[in-house]
Parts: sequence; structure tokens; C-alpha cells
Amino acid sequence: MKDDKTLNTTLSRRSLIGGAAAFGSVGLANAAFGTTSNPENLPPNVSEWTPYLGAGVDANPYGMPSPYEEHVIRRNVEWLTASTESSVNFTPLHELEGFVTPNGLCFERHHGGVPEVIPSDYRLMINGLVDRELIFTLDDLKRFPQTNRFYFLECAANGGMEWRGAQLNGCQFTFGMVHNVQYTGVLLKDLAREVGVKPEAKWILAEGGDSAGMNRSIPIEKIMDDCIIAWAMNGEALRPEQGYPARLVVPGWEGNMWVKWIRRLEFGDMPYMAREETSKYTDLMEDGKARMFTWVMDAKSVVTSPSPEKPIMQKGVHQIRGLAWSGRGKITRVDVSLDGGRNWQTADLHGPILDKCLTRFTMPFEWNGEEMLVQSRAMDETGYVQPTIDALQAERGLNSIYHNNAIATWMVNKDGSVDNVRLG
Amino acid sequence: MSGSVKIWLASSFMLALTAAPSLASDRPFNLGTMATAEEVAGWDIDVRPDGLGAPVGMGTAIDGEEIYAERCAACHGDFGEAVDNWPILVGGAGTLDDKDPVKTTGSYWPYASTMYDYIYRAMPFGEAQSLSHDETYQIVAYLLYMNDIIDDDFELSHENIGGIEMPNRDGFFLPDPRPDAQPANGEPCMRNCDVPINVIGRARDIDVTPDQES
Repeated sequence: MKDDKTLNTTLSRRSLIGGAAAFGSVGLANAAFGTTSNPENLPPNVSEWTPYLGAGVDANPYGMPSPYEEHVIRRNVEWLTASTESSVNFTPLHELEGFVTPNGLCFERHHGGVPEVIPSDYRLMINGLVDRELIFTLDDLKRFPQTNRFYFLECAANGGMEWRGAQLNGCQFTFGMVHNVQYTGVLLKDLAREVGVKPEAKWILAEGGDSAGMNRSIPIEKIMDDCIIAWAMNGEALRPEQGYPARLVVPGWEGNMWVKWIRRLEFGDMPYMAREETSKYTDLMEDGKARMFTWVMDAKSVVTSPSPEKPIMQKGVHQIRGLAWSGRGKITRVDVSLDGGRNWQTADLHGPILDKCLTRFTMPFEWNGEEMLVQSRAMDETGYVQPTIDALQAERGLNSIYHNNAIATWMVNKDGSVDNVRLG
Repeated sequence: MSGSVKIWLASSFMLALTAAPSLASDRPFNLGTMATAEEVAGWDIDVRPDGLGAPVGMGTAIDGEEIYAERCAACHGDFGEAVDNWPILVGGAGTLDDKDPVKTTGSYWPYASTMYDYIYRAMPFGEAQSLSHDETYQIVAYLLYMNDIIDDDFELSHENIGGIEMPNRDGFFLPDPRPDAQPANGEPCMRNCDVPINVIGRARDIDVTPDQES
């Protein structure tokens, strides 16, 4: 049976990925997966790691995950793009808990590779319609009043490959262009006060110092609301691939606007119509016209387990686990269906539930070997309801690419394997 | 105490008494250094649709053919038709409402200024900001010519790039700010919902998912 074969393949892969080859113990790797174990390590025996001294301090001056977790990595889809320097990889959402994304697992999207910016040579220039054109060093930025906020960042193309049908068989590949970290930085409105914004300024151009010179226009209302120039994520300096030493944070809006390695902000009286807001990140409708400036990331959710990478291994009690988020505010409710959307139950939300932030949900269920069609549906504090793919396609056709926040369906097969499917 | 210090103290005191709010709004933190005109000129490379920011320079498609072949064609093809997975730059007119639209500088981009802005700042891929201003005008002119937007001897420059009429200039609109695709009564269905539950597609069958071994 095809399903059986695929499930077995998944199992053997996990054994390898879990470090069995490297560490010479198939039993250990499988133990992590809940299948087979080495009896010599189990009660009442003394486990093999108990009698001996382990590694001392400084064995890893910067701590790394257990080697048995080495399969928990970002992954890309090579055929999507022409080069890895202008490409994307995906957060392994199915392997994560809580609502914080570890820094090394935050998905990457670059347009000209990751520049190696020397922090002592870093400068942020603010020019244009201001009273004073100023240049800030990194130390200057850190002397401003500080803000610390959790926000999700989602690429507008997250799920873009799924517009026309179920295409990639993985939670990571279909939902993984999102991450959620705590940013430390200075509010842009404080920088705006420092340069003195002229009354006629209505837009800002944010520009990166990378080889793509990434540039996007942002309306001044958003700038003066909650945008941040951040230099830290989850308590440490930004990772190079996330914009070291400083990036723009545009809460709730599409990730492309969160310019990394930011070098310049220009105040102006009209949008700049950069490549990334005209030829890209515009949503082509069926009539050949395109929606422009669709910045907000609407409410969305995903079941991270069970999922194609997280098959159900045993009958009995399990937990639906998932994540929900909205660029319009707080998540207020997530419903889960096990029958393809016919009937729904409301899941438990796990705090803290924050504005424009990933929110963890769970729902217990019992599996007795039957087929299930698992879906989740998020709602936010504005009353927005995550739509079905049919409803989204009815409004926007098939060529939108961006802003696919439709409900996805995972089909749990009788053998416990899980498929990304499209219903119709 | 010198006179000037007295005056400074007096004026500080007066400011504190009378003008503190406006002082605060002037420059509240006194951080950063003033940018010189030269510093701004070196980094302020953006070009707006109205041509603001376009650097002094000029080029024609005839001049651009050679520089395009040398700096662009390896990825984008001699005629903008694209090599491998790299972006196609020419053609696609009339396809935007097709099942498979072809979005190029000619068929989709609403402003010629964007072509200048992007090519100068980011192209050639991996050799950013290495083109001269004249070379950039020449390449933009070549692409506009290949897309039947200007003649091959048209002198594209800082003076006229803001006035180039792109075919898809009016192809964009601002969506209704209200959310779309919402339930009719605002409340999602919870029981016995009328939805299709036949499996009509499986990602596994398409088989384009990357192998997930390390």
C-alpha cells in the first residue's frame, strides 16, 4: 500500500536524521521517536550515559542543540529560485513548541545574499523631508529609549505555492515563511522626532545596505505607530541572516517591508514605487489588474501536529498542536475540524496572547485508526475569520501568489501518515 | 563668570521656563551627527516615478545593446527572454488576464523609474551599484525599446524618465481596505457546514517536495 511505504520511508529517514549513523546507536535515535529503544538503557538498568563524566563547561562556548535534534533545521525548495542568494528557506514549525522561534530556525529570505556588515562601520542615514538629515551609529541607536516587543514576521508569499492546489507535502514548506521573536530596538517615531519630520512628509523609503539594496515605501502613519529599528532578537544581536546589525520591524505587515541591514530612511511626499512594491508583492486578479499596497497579513493558522512531517504513530489520545497569528491584532479564537470543515470545535489558546504575534493552540483528540481531514481556522480581535481557499479564490482568482491565508487540510490516512490535500 | 556663559545660562533658563516643549520637539535626544550633502548624495540613489532623484545622464537603446549583452544577457537572455529560472524582461503584452500571465518590465511594470532604480541599485546580480549612470540609462532604454515602448534612438535621460508612459501604468489599484472572503453573516459555521470534503488533490502525487534527509 502506497501510504504504508511512505510512512516507512519517513521512519527510516528519521532514524538517520536522529543521528543513528553518527552515534552508532539505532536504538537511541528511535527512542526519541517513540518506537524502539535499547533495553540496556531502560529501567532497571543503568543507562550508558550515567556512569561517566560528561562534557565540561566551554565544550560549546555558544550552546547548540542536541545532536539528536539535527533534523530540526531550516530547509529550502531548490527548484523555486534561480540561486540561493535570492531565495527563501522555511522555519520547521512542526518541530517547535510555544510561540518563540529560536533565532537559528527563523526562515531566511534574501534578495542578494547575506552581507557581512561590520558593526563599527554601520550607519543609518535619515534624509529627505526632515529638518535635519542625520547619520546614526549603532551606539547612537542604542542610546535612544528602548522598546522590547514580540512580533511575528510572515513573508507575503507564505503558502504561495498552494494557490492552485496542494503542491508541497509539508507543514514546513507550506507555512514555514513565518517566525516570531522578541525585538529590541528604538521606535521609529523617536528617530523621527530627532530628525524633525516636515509636515508634507507622507511616506518613508526604507533601504537596505545589502547587494539588493532592498527598498520599500511605508506610509507615515505606520512609521509613527509601531515601527522599530531593531538590533536584537530574542535577547541577542540580530543574526546576520536577519539583518545584523539593524533591521526594520513593521508589525503585522508583510515581511518584505521589514528591510534588513537597513542603511537609510528617506521621508518623502509620495510612494517611491520600488520594484518590490510594483513588479513584486502586488496581487494579480483574474481581470489582469493588480492589487497594490496589500501590506497587512490577515489572520491565519496551521496545525503543526499532526502534519505531513508529524504522522500519528499510535492509536489513543493525542493533541492537535498549532499556531495562529494576525496582522490586525490579537488572536481571539481558533477552531479545529477533524472532518474537513463540516464540524468544528474551539481549541485552547495558550498565553501570552499578544498583538500581531504567534499564538499557540492545542486540542485533545483520540485517534482510532480512522481517516481524518484536519483543519484549523483562526479569528482575530477585529472579527476577521480565516477564509477557505474556495472563498479566497472566488475573490482573487488563481494568480495572486501573495497573501494566501486560506485554511489548509491535512489528511490523516488509516496508517497514520499525513498528506497535504485539497478538498473540492 | 564670563558674559557669554551668563547669556548661555540665562537663555537656558529662559528656554526651560518658556520654550521647553518646543526645544524637546526640536531635537529631543541630541544623538547622531549631521549628514553632509556629499554623504547624502552617495547613498540617496532612489528614483521616483516623477523622476525625482534621477541622476544626470543619458542613454539610447542602440548604446544599450552592447552593455546589456555584456552585463545582463547571461541571466536574462540576449532579448530579455530569460535563461533558466532568472526573470524574463521582455514580452508578455496582453497576458495579464491569462491563466499563466507573463509579467515583464514591458507587460507589468508601471514606471520606467522603477527600472532605473532597481537596475542601478541591485544589478548586475552580485555586482550591485557598479554601473555608471549613463550605462543604466542605456540598459533601461534597451529594455524599453525591446518592449516596443520607445524607439531605438530615443535619448532616455534624467529629464524624461519620469514621463515615460508604461503600458501597464493603470494596471494597479488599491483594494477595498475591508477584509475580503469573509462569512456572509460574519460568524463562521460550527456544525453540519455545507463544504466540499472530497479529496481532489494530494501534494504527494505531484511529488515536488524536497527530500528531507539532512
